[in-house]
Amino acid sequence: MVENSVAPIVRASGLTKQVQSGESQLSILSDVSFEVAAGEAVAILGVSGSGKSTLLGLLAGLDTPSSGTVEIAGSDLYALDEDGRAALRAQLVGFVFQSFQLLPAFTALENVMLPLDLAGIAGAREKARAMLDRVGLGARLDHYPKQLSGGEQQRVAIARAFVREPKIVFADEPTGNLDVATGAQVADLMFALNRERHTTLVLVTHDAAISQRCSRQLRLTAGRLERQTASA
Amino acid sequence: MMSYAQELLLAVRLLWRDQRAGELSLLAAAIVIAVASVTTVGFFTDRVRLVLSEQSNQLLGADLTLASDRPYDSEFEAEALKRGLTITHALRFPSMVARDGENVLADVKAVAPGYPLRGELRLAERMFGPEHITRDIPVPGTAWVDERFYTQLNLHPGDTLALGKLRLSVAALITQEPDSAVGFFNSLPRVLINVADAGTSGLIQEGSRLRYRLYVAGDAAQVDAYREWATPRLKPGQNMEGIRDARPEIRNTLERAERYLGLTALLSVMLAAVAIALAAQRFLARHLDGCAVMRCLGARQMTILRLYLMHFVLLGALASALGCAVGYAAQLVLASWLGTLLAVSLPNPGAAAAWQGLAVGLSVLLAFGLPPLMSLSKVPTLRVLRRELGGGRVRGALGYGLGFAVIGALCLWKAHDVRLAVYVLGGFLAAAAGSAVVALGALKLLGLLRTAGGITWRYGLANLRRHAYAVSVQTVALALGIMALLTLSLVRGDLLQSWQAQRAPDTPNRFLINVQAEQLAPLREFFTARHLVQPDFYPMVRGRLTAINGRPVSAADYSEDRAKRLVDRETNLSWAVQAPADNSIAAGRWWGGQVSDSQQLSIEEGLATTLGLKLGDHLTYEVAGASFVATVTSLRKVEWDRFKVNFFVIAPPALLRDYPVSYITSFYAPPDAATLLGELVREFPNVVMIDVAQLMGQVQKMMDQVVQALRFVFLFTLAAGLTVLYAAIASTGDEREYEAAVMRTLGASRRQIAATHFAEFAVTGALAGLLAACGASALGYALAVKLLNVSYLADPWIWPIAIGGGAAGIAAAGMLGTRRVLRAPPLASLRRAG
Repeated sequence: MVENSVAPIVRASGLTKQVQSGESQLSILSDVSFEVAAGEAVAILGVSGSGKSTLLGLLAGLDTPSSGTVEIAGSDLYALDEDGRAALRAQLVGFVFQSFQLLPAFTALENVMLPLDLAGIAGAREKARAMLDRVGLGARLDHYPKQLSGGEQQRVAIARAFVREPKIVFADEPTGNLDVATGAQVADLMFALNRERHTTLVLVTHDAAISQRCSRQLRLTAGRLERQTASA
Repeated sequence: MMSYAQELLLAVRLLWRDQRAGELSLLAAAIVIAVASVTTVGFFTDRVRLVLSEQSNQLLGADLTLASDRPYDSEFEAEALKRGLTITHALRFPSMVARDGENVLADVKAVAPGYPLRGELRLAERMFGPEHITRDIPVPGTAWVDERFYTQLNLHPGDTLALGKLRLSVAALITQEPDSAVGFFNSLPRVLINVADAGTSGLIQEGSRLRYRLYVAGDAAQVDAYREWATPRLKPGQNMEGIRDARPEIRNTLERAERYLGLTALLSVMLAAVAIALAAQRFLARHLDGCAVMRCLGARQMTILRLYLMHFVLLGALASALGCAVGYAAQLVLASWLGTLLAVSLPNPGAAAAWQGLAVGLSVLLAFGLPPLMSLSKVPTLRVLRRELGGGRVRGALGYGLGFAVIGALCLWKAHDVRLAVYVLGGFLAAAAGSAVVALGALKLLGLLRTAGGITWRYGLANLRRHAYAVSVQTVALALGIMALLTLSLVRGDLLQSWQAQRAPDTPNRFLINVQAEQLAPLREFFTARHLVQPDFYPMVRGRLTAINGRPVSAADYSEDRAKRLVDRETNLSWAVQAPADNSIAAGRWWGGQVSDSQQLSIEEGLATTLGLKLGDHLTYEVAGASFVATVTSLRKVEWDRFKVNFFVIAPPALLRDYPVSYITSFYAPPDAATLLGELVREFPNVVMIDVAQLMGQVQKMMDQVVQALRFVFLFTLAAGLTVLYAAIASTGDEREYEAAVMRTLGASRRQIAATHFAEFAVTGALAGLLAACGASALGYALAVKLLNVSYLADPWIWPIAIGGGAAGIAAAGMLGTRRVLRAPPLASLRRAG
């Protein structure tokens, strides 16, 4: 279901990303435009190398486009400087990565506390503990990433993404590094949190089952947005 | 399976690929700087050592002399010539020299063309006239005389002297004579003549006190070889003197300089090893994935090990060669810069330093590179799927044991002195082990504080604590670098102070010997009347050691030249109630004011060692035909290089008072006192005045050169220390970049990340500084007191300087080194980390 009546929380217009490869220009994304409404769950699909992760990185302000704009909650992301984008992320955005990207030097609890600490939010420890409880890791607060299984690490990452109650969560192949059963559990958790907290979810995936759980699917082919389909 | 040739080809390709990818720059830079600093030190110390020994040899007039109380066999000259050495000879004898019926006892030296082989003979036309260097010798029929002789006879140019049957015209005044310094206590005024005249003087007869001397100079190795050849062929009454056997103060200076330069070179080697260890560790971390893939594709452990071993040997050889070239260039710059300061031309360095550099570069690289390579070859294949597997830590005895073994061997090789190597290596090892423990403890303690304070402080500390193992290694490495710098500056400061103390403006520059008892009062008056500082006069009795514990002694009992000479010749004995102020009692007890038993002796420590004397020995001395027996009750330590009057043997007054005695003193004469000194010599004609100002000038010049050399060498140690720092920062760069990217994804600002880094670096730096200050104080004390024999002044400023400097320096360098981390787009960093 597309809620056109609500102002979009993410708006991408004419996004293009080119990189220099030897003598030639390689086009990773070409003129990608779409909108995501608040509370929507959108899946970005495509084969390997189609530009999915690059698109996600640009939507989150982790990279800079060759041209085009991204608006997050009305703010033009690329009109801001790097620190401005970081501040916007701290305020509005959560992240889940395929390879978890937990800081190996920190415990599960500290990893989840990190976004709260960075934003200077009081009671970080308690909030982080509650969040880890919610994802079923209340007994593993003081474990380091290398002491956790892949599924557990991804649950820590999900807790970290949702702990600040962000408006949007970007997820890059969140189940890509997990076996089917664990992947399903992690996906369940993510969609459950998304519903509970009315978060907007933008996720990149290969997994048809997961993409079908989103309200809309965007398919990228060779850096171009091919079609948008809505789930029933 | 791959053939060796294929492996080599692949190794070359890997090297090329790694070089293109910038993977080798840190490792190569570490080797290049290491080898460059080692070879610069090597080339330069080589040249300085040559200068020092040439300068010192100027005091001998040669590299080596053979002295003999009868004509030496012609084979000594023939062999020297055969070995390509330059030779000349001289004949010395004491003789009365007369002018107009006035007689003076002079030390006549008859020299042959070529004299002196080293150093300069300076002449003046008349007293206080302009001086010039000569390469000639007196023509037959003429004599050159020194200042003392000139003053004593109140000579004028052209005056005629009578020496035996000879009539000689005074042609010049000697203002500097190279080998006059050797044994100057026994010297008389000098008359220099042509050796051709000696035969016709009628003074060369049986029973004359003649001293024949052969001067030898040339290539150092050849001189050493010649000495080895000649030594067993010496007969009684013959001895050889190299610079090391000459005046103790020159010997001390040279040895001290050699030790210090050796030490400096050695510290650079250690710092280089630390930098290479860090860089190799990083190389390992960056190659684990590639190796895991190679193993997946069927490469065996040995294949991977061989491949990367070849890779490292190639890299080591190339980087070392480059380092040698840089080292050579650097010492050329140094030589041109220092050459003007030194006012001497440095001789060309030998190739030895280049070979040493290559050997050092390769051995240190392999010692610290091999353990990571072993880990690399053992990488689990599963890592291709689970990157957290096989993190590639270097652990265990092989890890750093091999490195330390190589460093130990290099130390021994570089220091040429087991004790020095053991001290320095022991100091470093103890400091490293102690530091690691302290650093770990401190980091754990600091970790407890991390719930307090702001986010940056908390995350900085958490990072330190989480990485406690790696950070403590890093801290120790940095502490070693800072410690080396502190040690150098500390010991250097101490050494300079000690030298400057010797160079105090009122250091005695004249000795008066042969002062008779009845002249003491008039001499004191002379000094008072001319407002000179009243010198102390010391009694001196000439005696010969004839028996030890009742057993007669002779030169034949000793193998060492110095011992033979000491037994052969008369020794100066003195008496005193109190021990000389600047002597310290090394063993036994000094007699008090009330001497109940006068049959006691206090012996200088070095003399006791040379002659094998110990406390409680009964020594028999023969003095003026009579003899006495006395017991050694104390051993004294004497600072010979202070230009003060000192004695090998001191007795209580009652023991020596009744023997024939003369007095000796030393005093400082200001530069404008020449006339006054002339008066003194004329008023007390029997008193012999010895001018040590000239000798001191030569010693001082040598010391200045050493200090300049040290300063430059110090710069290289500093460079090596900075390499360690850079390597330490770079070794954590990848991890930092990844963490920064994650934090920025989570919304951290650059300032927050920078502040976290700052907290981390500043704490690491302060800790390293603290450890370095502890280590440097301990090592400085050990080196100064135990080895260099200089008193150690602990400088309290070392603590704030080390801690503050460490924190500020490491933080600044760290922030500079991590700029890239803050600039890189987060997505790129995350992708690199996989």
